[in-house]
Amino acid sequence: MTEDTKPETVQVQPPGGSKPGKRKAAAPKGRGRAKPARPKKPRKKATAAARTGEESKLRPAAAIVPPQSVTGRALTLVVAIMSFLACLTVGAVSVVWDAADDWQNDLVREVTIQIRPVDGIDTLREIDKAIALTQEFNGVESVHALSDEETRSLLQPWLGDGLELEALPVPRLIQVNVNAPEALDLEGLRLSLTEQVTGASLDDHSIWTSRLSAMAGAVVVGGVGIMLLMLGSMVLSVVFATQAAMAGNKDVVSVLHFVGAEDSFIAREFQRHFLLLGLKGGIFGGVTASVTFFLLDLFTRDADGGAGSDQLSALFGTVSVSLPGYLGVIGVVFLVAVLTAITSGLAVKAHLRRVD
Amino acid sequence: MIRFENVGLRYGMGPEILKDLSFHLEPQSFQFLTGPSGSGKTSLIRLLFMSLRQTRGLIQVFGHDLSTLDKQKLPMLRRRIGVVFQDFRLLDHLTTYENVGLPLRVAGKEESEYRSDVMELLKWVGLGERMHVMPPVLSGGEKQRAAIARALITRPEVLLADEPTGNVDPPLARRLLRLFLELNKLGTSVVIATHDIALLEQVDARRLVLADGRLSVFD
Repeated sequence: MTEDTKPETVQVQPPGGSKPGKRKAAAPKGRGRAKPARPKKPRKKATAAARTGEESKLRPAAAIVPPQSVTGRALTLVVAIMSFLACLTVGAVSVVWDAADDWQNDLVREVTIQIRPVDGIDTLREIDKAIALTQEFNGVESVHALSDEETRSLLQPWLGDGLELEALPVPRLIQVNVNAPEALDLEGLRLSLTEQVTGASLDDHSIWTSRLSAMAGAVVVGGVGIMLLMLGSMVLSVVFATQAAMAGNKDVVSVLHFVGAEDSFIAREFQRHFLLLGLKGGIFGGVTASVTFFLLDLFTRDADGGAGSDQLSALFGTVSVSLPGYLGVIGVVFLVAVLTAITSGLAVKAHLRRVD
Repeated sequence: MIRFENVGLRYGMGPEILKDLSFHLEPQSFQFLTGPSGSGKTSLIRLLFMSLRQTRGLIQVFGHDLSTLDKQKLPMLRRRIGVVFQDFRLLDHLTTYENVGLPLRVAGKEESEYRSDVMELLKWVGLGERMHVMPPVLSGGEKQRAAIARALITRPEVLLADEPTGNVDPPLARRLLRLFLELNKLGTSVVIATHDIALLEQVDARRLVLADGRLSVFD
């Protein structure tokens, strides 16, 4: 090309008039319109090697939405914190649930028979009768009547040393260990004891177990509620961040529109951007929470004798998050990522509708 | 291809800035759109490109009446029109190659399908050595050529260029004009919005002159 080409000499050619054969063949058929030809290119005989060299310099297609911005970094941090807190809640619920399950198991594996002294009745004989009767029932592993010494030590904190059991109407206790709670007919045992043993009553700890169940249920409901609140506030943060991102990327959206992008394409690009961001934040929060659980487990296992660890151990045993707890953490991470992507997709579509 | 009949445009409740525009863009035609600054050239380009809706009158683009056109069909029509903006509108986080390939990527094509086309076109506009750099590193003329390449990559039936020589020196302006003329020779209808008298004098082409919101056509 020279600088002095005379534009007046330009001749307009019909569409496709100078199309290279390759172009002609590639032109879409049956669309009812003639596609203008690609301008003639001064084809230099590029060697295959040179071409490969140029192509090798091409990087993988970059994201259309700019990957990082201040809003993006802030949102990643918000998502990470929310995920961390949600995972902690899942872990705490898991620990309490497991502990309640353990307590409940312990309680249903033991029932207590109480023999009240009755005037004119030999309590020791009633105790033997109760033991013999109880041993006949299925699911009973062992029956052990508390000795005088054991009874005294039980009462010692309230009545002091040197207690004479014969001088007071102290009820005597029989501890029944159960190896198969489902096989034991508790009602039948209660009825037999009441009918055949004078002054006998059966305590199956059902009040305690029902209270424990209620408490564990309340903790789970509370945990789910807290998690929903956190996810809700995260969704709101994502909505605001998406709107900020759309405002910050107004030029990108406008360019995409004028190169013929459909709204669904733009929404998909933003959704992908936020899915990655949500995954990044979620994984960071989840990993941090898992490390916290691991350290807490170590702390309660190794710090025996410390005041804090003793309290925790007394309540929950070792504070150890079980497999379902860790699966819950993974679930939270994916839930967070998916929620972030869906929320941002909806927010982008709403924004594009408003722009239109 | 594109037909305007008594088209008017106002922004919000403001005065009408384009009044009773009537003209027809024929296939393979070449025309300048000119007029003083603020006369509404860019608004008319935006109407042609369907990024604005007229407040009255009829606009037909490739046989579709825009006032009744389903919004979903707009992207398909836009893909048949290439636009070059005065401020280039290149995406700064994408390389020149990626910017030029963007319309094809948006149309759902795989990168391997359009790689050679984009590379050839970049060489043709003289950016073969600059395809891996980001727009902030390009000079004004290079950005302009990249923007033109992006507009051409889909082989549009109509090319709209808004002040394409506004940011370049006269020699480059002449080169760009030649590029537009060559495109036109190959079948693309070209509309160049400009108030550059020197550019207008170089080609004996149809002129659409905007003044006070009204259009005069000089064939």
